[in-house]
Amino acid sequence: MNRNLILGGALACFFVLAALVSFVWTPFDYTAMNIPEKFQRPNAVHWLGTDHFGRDIFSMIMVGARTSIAVALVAVSIGIAIGVPLGLTAAARKGGWIDEIIMRGNDLVFAFPSLVIAILITAVFGPGAINAIIAIGIFNVPVFARITRGAALSLWEREFIMAARVAGKSAARISWEHILPNVMNLLIVQGTIQFSLAILAEAGLSYIGLGAQPPIPSWGRMLADAQTLVAIAPHLAMIPGIAIILTVLGLNLMGDGLRDLLDPRLRVART
Amino acid sequence: MLRYSLKRLLSLIISLVIASLVIFAVIEVAPGDPASFMLGVNAQPDTVAALRTELGLDVPKWQRYLTWVGGMVQGEFGTSYTYRTPVTQMVADRLVVSLPLALYALTLSTLIAFPAGIYAAARRGKAGDVAVMGATQLGVAVPNFWFAMMMVLIFAINLRWFSAGGFAGWDKGFLLAMKSLTLPAISLALPQAAILARVMRSALLDILGEDFMRTARAKGLSRRQALWRHGVRNAMIPVLTILGLQFSFLLAGAIIIENVFYLPGLGRLVFQAISSRDLIVVESVVMLLVFAVITVNFVVDLAYAAVDPRLRART
Amino acid sequence: MSLLQIENLSLAIHKTPILKGVTFGIEPGEIVAVTGESGSGKSMTALAVMGLLPERMEARGAIRLDGQDLLTLSEAQMCRVRGQSVGMVFQEPMTALNPVKTIGDQVAETILVHKAMPPDQARARAREVLDRVGLPAERFPLSRYPHELSGGQRQRVVIAMAIALRPKLLIADEPTTALDVTTQAQILDLLKGLVADFGMGMLMITHDLAVVADMADRIVVMRHGEVMEQGPTRRLLAEMNHPYTRKLFAASTHKVDLPPPPPPAPLLEVREVVRDYRLPRTRLFAQPGTYRAVKGVSFTLNRGERLGLVGESGCGKSTLTRAILGLEPVQGGQILLDGEPVLTGTAPNLKVRRKMQVVFQDPFGSFNPRHRVDRLITEPFHLLDAPPTGRAREAAIGEALEAVGLRASDSRKYIHEFSGGQRQRIAIARALIIRPELILFDEAVSALDVSVRAQILDLLAELCRAYNLTYLFISHDLSVVRTVTDRVMVMQSGEIVEQGVTQEVFDNPAHPYTQKLIAAAPVLPEPEALRERLS
Repeated sequence: MNRNLILGGALACFFVLAALVSFVWTPFDYTAMNIPEKFQRPNAVHWLGTDHFGRDIFSMIMVGARTSIAVALVAVSIGIAIGVPLGLTAAARKGGWIDEIIMRGNDLVFAFPSLVIAILITAVFGPGAINAIIAIGIFNVPVFARITRGAALSLWEREFIMAARVAGKSAARISWEHILPNVMNLLIVQGTIQFSLAILAEAGLSYIGLGAQPPIPSWGRMLADAQTLVAIAPHLAMIPGIAIILTVLGLNLMGDGLRDLLDPRLRVART
Repeated sequence: MLRYSLKRLLSLIISLVIASLVIFAVIEVAPGDPASFMLGVNAQPDTVAALRTELGLDVPKWQRYLTWVGGMVQGEFGTSYTYRTPVTQMVADRLVVSLPLALYALTLSTLIAFPAGIYAAARRGKAGDVAVMGATQLGVAVPNFWFAMMMVLIFAINLRWFSAGGFAGWDKGFLLAMKSLTLPAISLALPQAAILARVMRSALLDILGEDFMRTARAKGLSRRQALWRHGVRNAMIPVLTILGLQFSFLLAGAIIIENVFYLPGLGRLVFQAISSRDLIVVESVVMLLVFAVITVNFVVDLAYAAVDPRLRART
Repeated sequence: MSLLQIENLSLAIHKTPILKGVTFGIEPGEIVAVTGESGSGKSMTALAVMGLLPERMEARGAIRLDGQDLLTLSEAQMCRVRGQSVGMVFQEPMTALNPVKTIGDQVAETILVHKAMPPDQARARAREVLDRVGLPAERFPLSRYPHELSGGQRQRVVIAMAIALRPKLLIADEPTTALDVTTQAQILDLLKGLVADFGMGMLMITHDLAVVADMADRIVVMRHGEVMEQGPTRRLLAEMNHPYTRKLFAASTHKVDLPPPPPPAPLLEVREVVRDYRLPRTRLFAQPGTYRAVKGVSFTLNRGERLGLVGESGCGKSTLTRAILGLEPVQGGQILLDGEPVLTGTAPNLKVRRKMQVVFQDPFGSFNPRHRVDRLITEPFHLLDAPPTGRAREAAIGEALEAVGLRASDSRKYIHEFSGGQRQRIAIARALIIRPELILFDEAVSALDVSVRAQILDLLAELCRAYNLTYLFISHDLSVVRTVTDRVMVMQSGEIVEQGVTQEVFDNPAHPYTQKLIAAAPVLPEPEALRERLS
């Protein structure tokens, strides 16, 4: 049995479930302040305690999961939707000018860490969750373009692709029919890992105020709020951090498990 | 080798030019006029116009781009809108914190990751490997700024070994300055070290499966000798790639970590600039960061050639 | 006492036996060849002697080198044996050397790791052995890197490393399988010379009976991990007591019976074809140079004719194949099939393409692993204006599969459920399904074991009778081309240097290159002749 996949999948599912449930139910209203009950340690009423405004941390973590997962999901989808077709095209036209432009463009985007992109966007348009999505999304495009191109290039050398060419199939059709299904495993595994990286990036951006804005709770901002209070209420800082770690750990374990399950020889980039 | 270096250098310059165009274009679309923003809503039109002239905002865009780039080439970044002081000086003041921090972290991360990765690869599947891999699995999942907060909680607040933040300044002595960078550097380095160790291990395991490793064993090298003499250098090729990429993560991470430790680095500068819409500062700092990343990748390209003779031969 | 005595050696992995009671010996100065098809355990036997078996593989029995049982030695003790008392040469010279170290360092390392000499002497010895294996100092200084050498030269470096400390025993695992036939002949000569000079014993692993017959003093025939038969080379080949030896011998010299070709009528015409590749730019703004892979090749392939194309790697035969298939543009000349060009500009001419199909070398890489056999073999239907559907499609699939000796019911299986030989049958079915006028066989039997190869060659002859096949058979293997073609062309450095009726070209080669090729190819002796000489 694949222990990584089960453990990782369970962790990831737990947080996805928490995010989904938060749409219809949270133990308390996550915006409701209750100053008399502030700084409570975890207890039977407030399972994970309360923050400096007396808000229920468990509820905030649930809604924060929603923010994290939504941002990461959309950002990685942007990366896949743009990056994979670019990678397939570059491989099909290897050495041509399209390949050259795509790869040069990729190099350029790699020079802009997602935080730098977020800084630029925020400087121009002001902060918000959309910025985080765009910044992380742009950063994911070259990741997927590169990994797709690399895998597709080695497939283009294979004889079954030659056979398809002899059967008169166009490059686009071969990419769709033969290349894409054969890089799918790789994309699934890489997608899982990018998803976990996007969760980390989102947390970082919200922490410095470039991500989701109040009143939408996010794990990163909960940590930013907790920072000045860390001496008096360390649980405020611990809990969102542990939530991030468990989600990312779960996704990474799931990625490793999927890799072992689908194809242990896959080369996945972890950066 | 020379031809290879020149080729990489040319591509470095092209990347820098395109990056500067992108940054300039993005900042240009920013809504609002910096001059009227700085003077407030009640400013007289002729005062605004005078400031526009002073800031060089009244000339065509292409001319402003050339002035900006031309200035940067001479180390002249322009004048801050808000502070009215040269950006070069502001950046230089902050760079003496940010750059040592990034290098400190990179050194730490390499010193931890290389031995850990090599150790794990040499003991593949055994207890030592499982322990290292478990630790890195956790390390990869920890957000560095959260780790930083925990370090402050433990080492500054509870144990009082370090101060919780701030920078001593280089004029107070090297050791004192390094001490105030130590917690930030560790919190930056550990998550990166986890990634690097994993890359090192998997690169080595790939190499261990190569034919020439079997050849080495057939010569009479022990497993360990073969790993060190033939494995590590070949594994450096993928490891260098990641190391180059990590530098940009360290720079970006440093911006966040400076916030945790209240370090007067580039990150704090850029946030102040964003909130006061000091776009010339944002523009310059972003360009500087991108310049650093592109240059580091150029150095990595040269390092490839030093490691791999096949690259030296090819053009 | 024997130099090497293997006694009752057994190996198993997860309870699956790999070797079963293997016993044989090698005397000093003697060459013993272990031969057999894939899965016979011949390479495992070699690795067991080196103590380099894959982990979790447990060896039982005894491997005595000069009376010392190697299986009882510790890993550290084995390290002292390897390289010092036993040297080893591997199959793949292209990957057997560390790409980032110089050849001098790698040869000297054998000496230094055993602390046999101080560094300067070790380098002198490295120089000496490189000279001995035919890599003289003026062209091959110690500072050369592996990527600057050809496959044959790299194999010489590997040999130099193996013999640097004058081991008593040299193990060579398929040392020439990856090399061209003329290079193979040189390497085999070198090995023979080294054994004679140093009085080493040599354990040679090879699948090629012809190489064995030329080289070995004694032969050990293995199958499924067991020794079938062993004995002095001549006697063993003369008597062939074991049926498996006879089967192996028959398959290696297998001849097929082709029907006579019809009277000549041109089908494929290749006229003055030139194929250039762009080289990477050497200077930034200079026009990139070109490399001419095919230099004005002309020939005609008649309908119903079986034409061979032989040549060594890099001679341009694969490039020519891709040009004929219309996969790559040509820079000069014309390729006409049935009077029409295969490529108009850069657009493939589908009407012409459907008259042509191809069978590739690699039975494992030729199929998309995610598709079932029916989808795989109907891929060429894409070329038809109105491909058959429903019943007609199934009938076509069934017919194609049965024509190559498989069952119609195999169409729902995935490719991994088939053996290498069966996959090559499926590849032929895929080529046959649209009834092309011409089939190209690109090294189509090169990756197969001899007995499977013989079956596929029989299938070809059968199909020739049933379908009047016209084909171009591209191969580096002269013995195969000799039996399955009517005419043959010999290609060298992008040019066809000789062409003619197969039998005549092989019996009386006119061009010096053809002569060299034929002379270099190892040939199995006639058992009758051997018997006469023995008695």
